[in-house]
Amino acid sequence: MARAALALAAVALAAIGAGAAAAQETANGEAIYSRCAACHALAYDRTGPRHCGLIGRRAGSLPGFDYSEAMKRSRLTWDAKTLDRFLADPMKAVPGTSMGYAGVKDSKERADLIAWLREAGSAASAECRNRPGR
Amino acid sequence: MSFLAFANDPALRASRRAFLGKSGFVLSGAAVALLAGRDALAAKAGTSAEADVRILNTALGAELEAVAAYQVGAESGLLAKPALDLAVTFQGHHREHADVLAKTIARLGGRAVSAKAKYTFPVETLKSQADVLRFAAMLEKGAVSAYLGAVPVFGDRDLAKAAASILGDEAMHWAILRQAVGEAPVPSAFVA
Ligand code: HEC
Repeated sequence: MARAALALAAVALAAIGAGAAAAQETANGEAIYSRCAACHALAYDRTGPRHCGLIGRRAGSLPGFDYSEAMKRSRLTWDAKTLDRFLADPMKAVPGTSMGYAGVKDSKERADLIAWLREAGSAASAECRNRPGR
Repeated sequence: MSFLAFANDPALRASRRAFLGKSGFVLSGAAVALLAGRDALAAKAGTSAEADVRILNTALGAELEAVAAYQVGAESGLLAKPALDLAVTFQGHHREHADVLAKTIARLGGRAVSAKAKYTFPVETLKSQADVLRFAAMLEKGAVSAYLGAVPVFGDRDLAKAAASILGDEAMHWAILRQAVGEAPVPSAFVA
């Protein structure tokens, strides 16, 4: 009985630990996203396209945003893997892209950034539900 | 300054041409054309010059947006002097960046993007002077990161140097805006 309780407590602690790690990841991701803030916002198009709904979207597919031909023809769909490749070196992953940016070189930073984009850019997130300016 | 030199100074390019004439350097056809001032040819022939124009045009788009953002801030009625003077001064710098980027794009044979008719800003979140200054600081920090990300990808090292010169200016804006809202003006030894 006591052992079962201990085991339960251990599971609960592990779950809290995992939750805390995930929270830490997305907090880091948000800080890294501030590097993108000259060109991007979650909820509206700027020099770069908006990031709400990014995961699962075809690259270069937002109506009304003026993508490069290279991005439109890239045939990528954004998921953890394609984003990891693109964000590591945008101009190499999509030659001819208008995102003239060296990339996020640290793989842990990219993972945190992508975790945050998945969460904050989901259609249900606060920012994506009330998009300004429309 | 360096961008201005690059964009405007025919003497500089002429002296380079003289230098290249004498030295035994072998440069790609595109680079020679670029340095000799036959920029349109360079842009057509060199994928690297084309890529540089793309990078410059994206930077220009962001600078034009920054000019518009400061305009919104200045007209918001939320900024009192001396914060208002800061906003107007920084807007002037962004306008200068935009002018010189546009000139450089033209010189390289590209077509500079123009300002959009309408920009979206999260105006509903800007309710006080501090909100406006924090928003501006966020944009300036982003600009620092954007130029930092552009420096290593320019094919032409003079353009990389010029981007670094703008980066320094944006970093000063960022620090002053942080100071103005009571944050540590220089939060770390490196920017990312
Ligand atoms: C200098 C401006 C600039 C910066 C800085 C920048 N981007 Fe971009 N981004 C763009 C532009 C412009 C495009 C459109 C590219 C194209 O059409 O080739 C783009 C496209 C993208 C796309 C593809 C979106 C789609 O709808 O297909 C993603 C994802 C992206 N950026 C993520 C990021 C992230 C994350 C960062 C920060 C680490 C970042 N960008 C930094 C300008 C920028």
